[in-house]
Amino acid sequence: MQNLTWTGTLGAYINPFFLIALSAFCVFAVAAAARGFSRADGPTLLNPTPPSIALMGPTAIIGLVLWLLSLTGLAPFAILALGNMWLSLVACLIIGLAAGFGLFQISAEVIFKLVWSAFYAALGLFTIYLIVGLFVAPETAGILGAISKQLIPTWIALAVTFALSIYFKRGLGLYGKLFDSPIGMIGLALVLFWVFTALFGAGFDLIATHDPLGQVSGMKNKHPGIPLIRAQEGDYPYYLFGGDTLARDVFSRAIVGSGIVIVIAPAATVFAFMVGITLGLPAGYFGGRLDTMLSFLSNMVLAFPVILLFFLLVTPEIIESGLPNYLAVILFVFPVVFIAVAQYSKNRLKPNFLTLQFPIMLIISIWLYLSLVSEAGTKIALLPPLLDLFDVPSEVLVVFVSVVFVNSPTVFRIVRGLTLDVKTRDYVAAAQTRGEGPWYIMLWEILPNVRGPLIVDFCLRIGYATILLGTLGFFGLGLESESPDWGTTINAGRKLLSVYLAPPLVPAFALMSLVLGLNLLADGLREESLRD
Amino acid sequence: MGMFILRRTGVMLLTALCLTFIVFIMTNLYPNLEKLAKNEGNFRMSDAEVASFLSNRGYTQGKLHNYGEWLGVLPGYVIEGVDGKTRGRCSNHGAILENANEYCGVLQGHWGFSSRFKEPVSQIVVTRLGLTGKLMFWVLMVMIPSALVIGVFAGMREGSRLDRSLSSGAILTTATPEYVSGVIFIAIFTSSAVGLKWFKGSATSAMDHATLENFLLPVLTIALYGMGYIARMTRASMAEVMTAQYIRTARLKGVSFANIVLKHALRNALIAPFTVIMLQIPWLLNGVVIVEVLFNFKGFGWVLVQAASNNDIDLLLAVSVVGVVVVLLTQLISDIGYVFLNPRIRIS
Repeated sequence: MQNLTWTGTLGAYINPFFLIALSAFCVFAVAAAARGFSRADGPTLLNPTPPSIALMGPTAIIGLVLWLLSLTGLAPFAILALGNMWLSLVACLIIGLAAGFGLFQISAEVIFKLVWSAFYAALGLFTIYLIVGLFVAPETAGILGAISKQLIPTWIALAVTFALSIYFKRGLGLYGKLFDSPIGMIGLALVLFWVFTALFGAGFDLIATHDPLGQVSGMKNKHPGIPLIRAQEGDYPYYLFGGDTLARDVFSRAIVGSGIVIVIAPAATVFAFMVGITLGLPAGYFGGRLDTMLSFLSNMVLAFPVILLFFLLVTPEIIESGLPNYLAVILFVFPVVFIAVAQYSKNRLKPNFLTLQFPIMLIISIWLYLSLVSEAGTKIALLPPLLDLFDVPSEVLVVFVSVVFVNSPTVFRIVRGLTLDVKTRDYVAAAQTRGEGPWYIMLWEILPNVRGPLIVDFCLRIGYATILLGTLGFFGLGLESESPDWGTTINAGRKLLSVYLAPPLVPAFALMSLVLGLNLLADGLREESLRD
Repeated sequence: MGMFILRRTGVMLLTALCLTFIVFIMTNLYPNLEKLAKNEGNFRMSDAEVASFLSNRGYTQGKLHNYGEWLGVLPGYVIEGVDGKTRGRCSNHGAILENANEYCGVLQGHWGFSSRFKEPVSQIVVTRLGLTGKLMFWVLMVMIPSALVIGVFAGMREGSRLDRSLSSGAILTTATPEYVSGVIFIAIFTSSAVGLKWFKGSATSAMDHATLENFLLPVLTIALYGMGYIARMTRASMAEVMTAQYIRTARLKGVSFANIVLKHALRNALIAPFTVIMLQIPWLLNGVVIVEVLFNFKGFGWVLVQAASNNDIDLLLAVSVVGVVVVLLTQLISDIGYVFLNPRIRIS
């Protein structure tokens, strides 16, 4: 069998157009930017420049010339050879720059229209690969099409989520408003893409083509699209992104690795928020010595270089000493305290609450807490194995604890600052006059009113936790060296980076797109919540 | 003001004291000491040999006592080991001192001896900090001007197309951690698979002789990640200033837009970014560690990784002191600088 190319036999028809659109986009984008910088416009209020209709004709011709110029640069390299494409892109940049500085006459409107139409053309052509790939064999639509076919569950889930959300967006509060902002929608799409891929890929094993840990002899260090040697009936016939140094499938590892990131990063952020909120609210509300002490502690953790902390905390020797387990015992108690105090302060006067609901709730949450922190064979085996609901492997626990530990002081500072700001408001005074207890005021008056900035920070912080997880993996700390998570994979792949690009680049781009999605989502949320 | 600086310095000392104590305790946990002993001696030592190795070198005297010795408030140990040799803290790596009962800790300027590099810690830290200083200098030279320019251009007309595209670019760079952008840069510009080979994938030669070829990629990698954040802060600050009354007055008077931006708005808009830049410096430390490992540039970050993975206690303590001082010093400078730049704020 032959190697799979990126775009398959379909590429012969679409690639030239795709390159044209891409190069046109580059030229126009640079021209637009160059024009934007080169002309010191006065404020539009004072000397408005009317869109010059007379110049539309020449503009179109100049656009065409630019386009042809970029074509001549690209024509010899019509085959999708990466090295040459980069050179032609650079050529486009130079041409566009010169054009942008030279052609003052083109109206900005037209240039921007050209930029966008080139962009949409390129995007549309790219989508053709993905869509056609859904229905044809891998050989026809190439690697892109084959990947798109593997991702069918994700596409369906994404489409359903977006269709439903857009249809019902008026009734969905802040989440629904997100669908009014393009930035927020792109961000949400990226995040949901990885959430669904993690769910179907790592959870139900519908996407990955091979075992992420399975090694096939003869597949070591292969380029993308390599056919599987000695493929049995029922095996997927290709390594879509090639094989890594241990002859494992890069594509499947990236997919399964997303499961680790998508679970640990948000969960660690939730715990960090629980810790930060439970300590930050009283620090801001009561002030005084409690505040001084907690602030000193949080500043101390923040003064620690993060990487040094990781190196000290996440080593096999420290895991052996049981320190992360003790830290887990302390940090994980905060969610239990938070939920208990929140429920108690709100419902304590209701009949049956203190005698029935509250004890049951308390017992369940304490049980969950104990199952989480205790593990047979470590220093902390509080529960007999029979009652232990789930086991967290100690190397995952230590990674989790250190990410929570690094993030919670920042959350503490944010919550404390917000509380200081809000506690002088009238509704707080009203609650005080009503005779509400301090914890009721903190958790049911102040906290809901500062949720906006907290939600935005939550999104950003998941991204940051993802980066931290990657950092840990990059230094080979914590998770096992064969774990498919992105950071570890980047670390493993970077040694042969100059020859085999795919093993480190695939997880690198995956991580980047997830964090980018979270940042865009936070940006969209911030914009929409400010609009109220 | 003097009082303020004094108090902050006091807090700084206290924090450094607490943190070094924590580092000390963590590096002196028994499993870590065992690793150290096996690294120093040989890997097939029995448990009893490890124990005698450690007690010969004063590691088992009690943590508080050892910390006091490191700090220089307790006299250094002198122990006659079971192997018959006499070892003293102050004389471990030279002749035994006459008055062996001497204080030799940080307070006396004695930072200890690195077990990994077999060199005095102070010497290692100074040379490596110099190398990292070179890297940081160029990072700041690239990062600050470009971040400010991007931020000012984006913020001067909020919501314009220029703003949109620059802001999106800024978000993209903040979403790309150093180990991702570094790997991408190495793949594109140095690998034989792409074939450009414009730069070098290793910055080891930049330690003696930095050129564009071997130093641009590491500098760019660190600078990009920090740049987005500073640019966004500058943009926000610039956008706020541009809506101020006095800017509108200047516009109505007919001042040209370039003059408004450069002469009226810029100065006020740069107050907030100054604080952000100072607070960003400790974060650059992370990037420095990653990039120095990725590009094999043997500076301070590389030393940190070496010290931590070999449990080199004295070196780790010195590294954490430097780290803490950098963090707290930049905070102090940002607070003081803020007062000077913004006369409306008084520190009481």
